[in-house]
Amino acid sequence: MDVGLLAYGGYIPQSRLQRSEIAKAHTWFNPGLGGLAKGERAMANWDEDSVTMAVEAARDCLGDLDRDGISAVYMASTSFPFEDRQNAGIVADALNLKSGLQTIDFASSQRAGSAGLSVALQVAKGGGNPILYTTAEKRQTKAASPLEFTSGDGAAAFLVGQGKVIAKLIGNHTEAVDFVDHFRGEGQSYDYNWEERWVRDEGYMKIVPAAISALLEQTGVDASTISTFCFPVAARNVAGGIAKKMGLPESSVADNLQSNCGETGTAHSMVMLAHALEQSSPGDKILVASFGQGCDALLFEVTDEIKSLPARKGISGYLARRHAETNYNKFLAFHNLVNLERGIRAETDKKTGLTTLYRNKSMAQGMIGGKCSQCGTAQFPKSNMCVNENCGAVGTQEDYPFADRVAKVNSFTADRLTYSPDPPAYYGMIQFEEGGRLMSDFTDIAPDAEVEVGMTMRMMFRIKDYDDKRGFRRYFWKATPVDAANKGE
Amino acid sequence: MASGIKDKVAILGMGCSKFGERWNDNAEDLMIEAFVEALEDAGIEKSQIEAAWFGTAIEEEHVGKSAVPLSMALRLPNIPVSRVENYCASGSEAFRGAVYAVASGACDIALALGVEKLKDTGYGGLPQRNRGSINDMYWANASAPGSFAQLASAYSAKHGVSKEDMKKAMAHISVKSHDNGSRNPKAHLRNKITEEKVMNAPMIAEPLGLFDCCGVSDGSACAIVTTPEIAKALGKTDLITVKAMQLAASNGTEAQHNSWDGSHFVTTRAAANRAYNEAGITKPRDQISMFEVHDCFSITELVTMEDLFISEEGTAVTDVMNGFYDADGQIPCQIDGGLKCFGHPIGASGIRMIYEMYLQMQGRAGERQREEDPVFGMTHNLGGFPHQNVCSLTIVGKEGA
Repeated sequence: MDVGLLAYGGYIPQSRLQRSEIAKAHTWFNPGLGGLAKGERAMANWDEDSVTMAVEAARDCLGDLDRDGISAVYMASTSFPFEDRQNAGIVADALNLKSGLQTIDFASSQRAGSAGLSVALQVAKGGGNPILYTTAEKRQTKAASPLEFTSGDGAAAFLVGQGKVIAKLIGNHTEAVDFVDHFRGEGQSYDYNWEERWVRDEGYMKIVPAAISALLEQTGVDASTISTFCFPVAARNVAGGIAKKMGLPESSVADNLQSNCGETGTAHSMVMLAHALEQSSPGDKILVASFGQGCDALLFEVTDEIKSLPARKGISGYLARRHAETNYNKFLAFHNLVNLERGIRAETDKKTGLTTLYRNKSMAQGMIGGKCSQCGTAQFPKSNMCVNENCGAVGTQEDYPFADRVAKVNSFTADRLTYSPDPPAYYGMIQFEEGGRLMSDFTDIAPDAEVEVGMTMRMMFRIKDYDDKRGFRRYFWKATPVDAANKGE
Repeated sequence: MASGIKDKVAILGMGCSKFGERWNDNAEDLMIEAFVEALEDAGIEKSQIEAAWFGTAIEEEHVGKSAVPLSMALRLPNIPVSRVENYCASGSEAFRGAVYAVASGACDIALALGVEKLKDTGYGGLPQRNRGSINDMYWANASAPGSFAQLASAYSAKHGVSKEDMKKAMAHISVKSHDNGSRNPKAHLRNKITEEKVMNAPMIAEPLGLFDCCGVSDGSACAIVTTPEIAKALGKTDLITVKAMQLAASNGTEAQHNSWDGSHFVTTRAAANRAYNEAGITKPRDQISMFEVHDCFSITELVTMEDLFISEEGTAVTDVMNGFYDADGQIPCQIDGGLKCFGHPIGASGIRMIYEMYLQMQGRAGERQREEDPVFGMTHNLGGFPHQNVCSLTIVGKEGA
């Protein structure tokens, strides 16, 4: 039976920081940065991290698919919010997956994104239920570093398995070479980079071709038949140079999304793969390569099944959900790159009781509410006594998930008093169409957005609070306008 | 069938500290200030007080937990003292405890005292604080102004009132309260303001600007209550008695059930019906002489006047703009300046409101004394958020009315 991708999904944060604004701040120091001042980069909101972005990509990937059939969740990133707490496990929990599940994090290399998928495909060859594979990146970069310009935040997700695959794996090959073009040592926040020309000539142009050659030879596929070549490197002409060297058609070189997104770190090969699938037709051959202490190369052939895949936002849909951010100071503040006076209100202790969290996990991370089996009233949070005044039945609440339901705004405000990393804090009463309501934080309300009573909202998995004192963060769901999210579909 | 509280308890004496930024006073100093006035007004000895109730809400900012701080501050002779906390109704709850104790016959003379020190946080506005370990996991990052501001968006949407008309009516409320507060020596804010100033003030939580929000102050207020018989025996005449005390707490309907539209207070309506019934009042718009309502924000006052069944639903904007609630209007609302000018030292506010009623009914309100002799005065506290709160109502009035 064919092994490959059963579905794909993508996620790019709404804000796009204009690179010209970054350049304005730093060319006094390094005029060379002016050459990177074109286009925009995806910028995660203050309440997003690689886990929340992976959740959104996974939701996009899964759509209405039955989640009980998922056997594993893998996640790759080099910017995991937790070094010791399984990040894939948080993703699985937010998606309300069953606990009989294999969960694994892949890390430590810009190649982790493709390596994780290679492993998932390898596992899928052995049969069993599909694997949810996610990868996301929110890279920490120093102010005035080239990476600050060329990076972007984003995520991709794939359902990997056997059967009705939309893209069949033809083959894959890995070259493992301890070529250290950059590194980030233990306890360090930022990368240390070596000269780009050396990386290009001795790294990209030698190691990647070796991996691709081996893959083409192993699969017997002629380079000229490749439809799309995804190679996630920001530097111009590198992908084109490799394509030329390998005999791949010039037209196969995929857009590296540098102009409108930026390189999403270890996730970028997968973001490009999801983007390629969105535009693909049955029979297309997609070659994905990624670089980092060697090279992974994977070759897929798109099948007829892609035509029956339900519509999704994907990378294109999320790229279209866009707000052009012109305030570079906001980026600095979100990344703690400037010592901002946040005020005494910001000092409130955000300690989370781990017992309390565990006991309330399905509410706080899964947004599971309750539905009364006697009167049918839905409520959030779930409790042992029905909220309906005409019912009040005890012990009748059945689990009722809210995260994927839409709601309407009943009332709202934009609050400049309460502490928020991105004031004003928008929140309001939202009412779910099939019952239940919540006084909910709103997120991704662009400065020019008009919030109105009656507006339709959907939920997104976000960081609720940072506990900087202890290095913890808690997650919950927030409401965001559906219309903005659908723009461009 | 319970007969209710009407005329079973009389106010023997009251006191109220100066409200404001009391940088040089501890909560204990404010308590003593209010208590000394009340005790003198009552004309009794401290030893005659048999039980006390202590109302304070954010105790971690000043006295800490329990009733001991009150007992120690006033050097009470080891009598029963209870501390109560019920959001912004904490002061009224202390009063309710004392009133119920006297009405039950458990004691002859009881004391209620509320206090709050809010100005030791280092910043303006109410203290930013945690809301409980589970609530913090899912409650919106809501401040008080942001929670109450939402009444405006829901009210506008429901009644088709434009944002501009709402903002104007809200401005009128604040201008009126500042006019009143300017005539009150115990008020924190005594400046008159203009509608223009209100409308152009910095935004706090849309659509509430700075002057739509009440002040933040330190203060204390105190009441000593007894039975009408004992009051008379102590030589008191023209008694002010308690006509009704009602409380309603949200049960989750507003927060979790889709039957509430966000434009009004479910609890206030429930408590108001019971309070009027308890006081034997059938036409509140004609019978209540004055109100002290919980004007934490201008919008709260506007909506509350409908929930107390004074303005018909959807017509408060008109009544407000017509001056119905002005000091010289049909029913003055916040004739002392309200929370707007007194600020809201949480534990003290409820008793401070009753204090004004008490002064007005005795003709002791000085410059701001209402000409028309007040018969029934109603106070209202709203604690929490519009979507989950406690509402406390008190009606006091002349004995026999």
